[in-house]
Amino acid sequence: MSVVVEVMPKPEILDPQGQAVLGALHRLGFTEVTSVRQGKRFELAVDGDVDEAMLMRLEEAAATLLANPVIEDHAVSAAPDA
Amino acid sequence: MSPDTVQRAARTPDEPQPWADLGLKEDEYARIREHLGRRPTSSELAMYSVMWSEHCSYKSSKVHLRQFGEKAPQTDALLVGIGENAGVVDVGQGYAVTFKVESHNHPSYVEPYQGAATGVGGIVRDILAMGARPVAVLDPLRFGPLEAPDTLRVLPGVVAGIGGYGNCLGLPTVGGEVVFDPSYAGNPLVNALCVGVMRREDIQRSAASGVGNLVVLYGAKTGGDGIGGVSVLASETFTDTGPTKRPSVQVGDPFTEKLLIECTLELYAAGLVVGIQDLGGAGLSCATSEMASAGTGGMRVELDKVPLRDQTLAPEEILMSESQERMMAVVEPAKIDAFLAVCAKWDVLATVLGEVTDTGRLVITWHGETVVDVPPRTVAHEGPVYHRPYERPSWQDSLQADDPSRLARPSTPDDLRATVLRLAGSPNLADRSWVTDQYDRFVLGNTVLAQPEDSGVVRLDEQSGLGVAVATDCNGRFAKLDPYEGARLALAESYRNVATVGARPLAVTNCLNFGSPEDPEIMWQFAEAVRGLADGCLELGVPVTGGNVSFYNQTGETAILPTPVVGVLGVLDDVARRTPSGFRTPGQVIYLLGETRDELAGSEWAHVVHGHLGGLPPRCDLQAERELADILVNASRDGLIDAAHDLSDGGLAQALVEACLRYGVGARVWLPDGLDPFVGLFSESQARAVVAVPRSEEVRFTDMCTARRFPHVRVGVVDDGGPDGAALDVQGLFRIPLDELRAVHEATLPASLATPTTPR
Amino acid sequence: MRVGVVTFPGSLDDGDAARAVRYAGGEAVGLWHGEDELRGVDAVVLPGGFSYGDYLRCGAIARFAPVMRSVVDRARAGLPVLGICNGFQILAEAHLLPGALIRNDVRTFVCRDQALRVENATTAWTSDYEAGRRIVVPLKSGEGGYVADQATLDRLEGEGRVVVRYVDGNPNGSMRDIAGVCSEDGRVVGLMPHPEHAIDSLTGPGTDGLGFFTSLLTSMGAAA
Repeated sequence: MSVVVEVMPKPEILDPQGQAVLGALHRLGFTEVTSVRQGKRFELAVDGDVDEAMLMRLEEAAATLLANPVIEDHAVSAAPDA
Repeated sequence: MSPDTVQRAARTPDEPQPWADLGLKEDEYARIREHLGRRPTSSELAMYSVMWSEHCSYKSSKVHLRQFGEKAPQTDALLVGIGENAGVVDVGQGYAVTFKVESHNHPSYVEPYQGAATGVGGIVRDILAMGARPVAVLDPLRFGPLEAPDTLRVLPGVVAGIGGYGNCLGLPTVGGEVVFDPSYAGNPLVNALCVGVMRREDIQRSAASGVGNLVVLYGAKTGGDGIGGVSVLASETFTDTGPTKRPSVQVGDPFTEKLLIECTLELYAAGLVVGIQDLGGAGLSCATSEMASAGTGGMRVELDKVPLRDQTLAPEEILMSESQERMMAVVEPAKIDAFLAVCAKWDVLATVLGEVTDTGRLVITWHGETVVDVPPRTVAHEGPVYHRPYERPSWQDSLQADDPSRLARPSTPDDLRATVLRLAGSPNLADRSWVTDQYDRFVLGNTVLAQPEDSGVVRLDEQSGLGVAVATDCNGRFAKLDPYEGARLALAESYRNVATVGARPLAVTNCLNFGSPEDPEIMWQFAEAVRGLADGCLELGVPVTGGNVSFYNQTGETAILPTPVVGVLGVLDDVARRTPSGFRTPGQVIYLLGETRDELAGSEWAHVVHGHLGGLPPRCDLQAERELADILVNASRDGLIDAAHDLSDGGLAQALVEACLRYGVGARVWLPDGLDPFVGLFSESQARAVVAVPRSEEVRFTDMCTARRFPHVRVGVVDDGGPDGAALDVQGLFRIPLDELRAVHEATLPASLATPTTPR
Repeated sequence: MRVGVVTFPGSLDDGDAARAVRYAGGEAVGLWHGEDELRGVDAVVLPGGFSYGDYLRCGAIARFAPVMRSVVDRARAGLPVLGICNGFQILAEAHLLPGALIRNDVRTFVCRDQALRVENATTAWTSDYEAGRRIVVPLKSGEGGYVADQATLDRLEGEGRVVVRYVDGNPNGSMRDIAGVCSEDGRVVGLMPHPEHAIDSLTGPGTDGLGFFTSLLTSMGAAA
């Protein structure tokens, strides 16, 4: 993979899945965990070098499709092995 | 890596093979060698082992299931009987309805969500393969005790899986059951029933006919789902160790199945299909061998053409894969382009794998080499037939002698009142909305009645007025007390539930859930239940059209209650006249139909209050059930009754509780003279129902009952309670305001199952 | 009066929406997701279902279907569009309506006969109701929680763009109990409940939903 896009719900958005996971962790005894937010990670393989231009291009893909800016924040980065 | 070919097998007759690891017996392995005249290749061994397994071959149950055919009642309504993917019934006006129930018990214990989801997916494809549009789903579910930690692990996942798959497919879930009993702990039962509708002339067959016709695999790609033990073979033929996955759980994708349904129906409409089969248990092995057996006699398949999710799969694994959402069709060469075009429109992957032949052999090649060359019938239909020994359990007599008459009974009005509430709030009788609100019951816009009504009812179209009703029932406690009677009672209850909504019962399906057939006592339960169901169907005049057997539902020595789930399908000529179950109009007269006897053995009262199971189950009188059904169906059609609810678990008390809470309109009732109040309220005598009769129809209604000499007694009036508020008022005994009743009835399941939500 | 009903891969309530259009006296026209072609219809319904399996996010992929190019263009020019459930999610993803729909706070799918209050009876799809009217319409969804930032919510309320609101309890955590909203011109409406399942007492909780479809004919008739 060359590029990673991470999508997380915005802080002010209710995250029912994260809540459910937190509850389950507590039931399993991991009471030191105080909060969980659940997001998505996309691994994209691309043709070409992962340079500034490529990242800006994928930034557009992230903002248009991979994330819904109304409720999600996103971050695009070159993968460690790129 | 070269596969184990037929050539090689012929050259190496003494090569050891892991037939025992694959579940075959020595004599079965010998028989395979006899059939082939050589040792089987590892692909052939894999095919035989899975097709001759209990699940696919019914080897322990076949000798008993024959009775369904031998004792089948004569009926013109049956268009397709036992043997095909599902039975088909003529419901009039050129319409045919197909239905079947199947089990997915063990996978649901391992992975509740996917186990239940793929159970729904599998039965839907069976119905689709008959040529029908699937239109409704029902799910009979059984779990360990509500409070048990494992129930809290399994139940929510199962319900979410059924909802997740069925809702996304666009199929309404219109009925089912949720039953709790300690014997199901560790062995939950997830049975799924699907109903489909089509025009009579559109029934599809599964035969591969016509030499030269093409064999097409379409749907999802094939992966390693459900391969399980077959990996034993695969690891022998591979030295390469890539990162392959061999999950034992099948994973479903309802979106793909939705596309599969639309695509397939379009293929049918365009007349592009000669034969069709869905891929379920045993995947390609089953589809190829069964289709080849049923048709012209032979088939040739190039296995390397199968589209794969995992490129490292060996031929044996591809043959065994239980990847979901796949179908196999036989298509005339002249129509293949049109076929592929329809698939492309729906974005459904379709691949020509081979063709139909008349050689009498199923030949499968892998990159040009033959890895399978068998007579298909030996795989699909000539599996072993066991005559497993059975014997009546040593404890059966003492169980039946342990009558509940010695148990302390409530007698004071306060005690009776408290008992009604206690039962209404007990896990098996409590409100099930927590479960059923997770199912879409509206999609397709044809659902006329859904849970908690007595049957699921769907309208067939907007013109004909036709509707079908389906119900599933089984009281496992009755079946343990007496499996023969228990099966008849399950049939009686399901039959009665269909008649209660106003539908004429037409046909039966069944899902027989039992413990290990290797235990003679369990085998006796099974044999008795099948005999009882076959005898019952003959007496009621409704044939078994197909079904499913699930054995090995036990953990160690503890088997589940014998649970022969019976599904009955009926037809309404005018679905708008269906009879709902709730009291709605104050002033209507309430009648109790049928005879009440002191029959508390196996009852919900004995179970909840005393934890007791013993005695003989209530008497099963199928003649009385037939008469009651006639009355309910005719009264419904003629508009003589506005509501009807059958009596079953919890007796009259629970029936009244449910009828009152349905619309929040209460009742003022009195128990018949001379009937002990406890017996009157909690006995579980069969062939009974309560009905609400408009006063204007009372005479006509009672005349009908009298003419048929069927017991009927006025027991009350629908009553909104006036300024005091709606209540269930049992005159001379107690009054329970509906608010109080509702609070108790609705609290139980959410208290255990609902996880807290975040405050808003 | 021709009303287009779009079928995406995975649409489930398209047939029911078409039926509702017919019951209201209109002609239902099937529109295929893959064709950028509205076939001269007077209005469009985006029906309920699980388009594209709800992959990525509900409606996130459907929103880019070829047919949506025309739907968005024509909607901006005043074409009435009704988004039901998944259709509402698609309209939100396409930014024809503000806000977004997230997983129900109760985390389960919820199917129930839901009581609603009609707040705005001036939209193209609700003119046959009166403001304040209580109706019962089936709700059946797993991702029905309406969310938006406070400024957007205040603006919607202030401009009277909340079309229907949940009453007798909030089933899914939607902010301000919002069940449906409309565009500035009131011609694009999105709601989570399913009016097409409340058009016939035989198959639903009543006929309270029919008004959504008859309103269109009324308002179109009036405009004609």
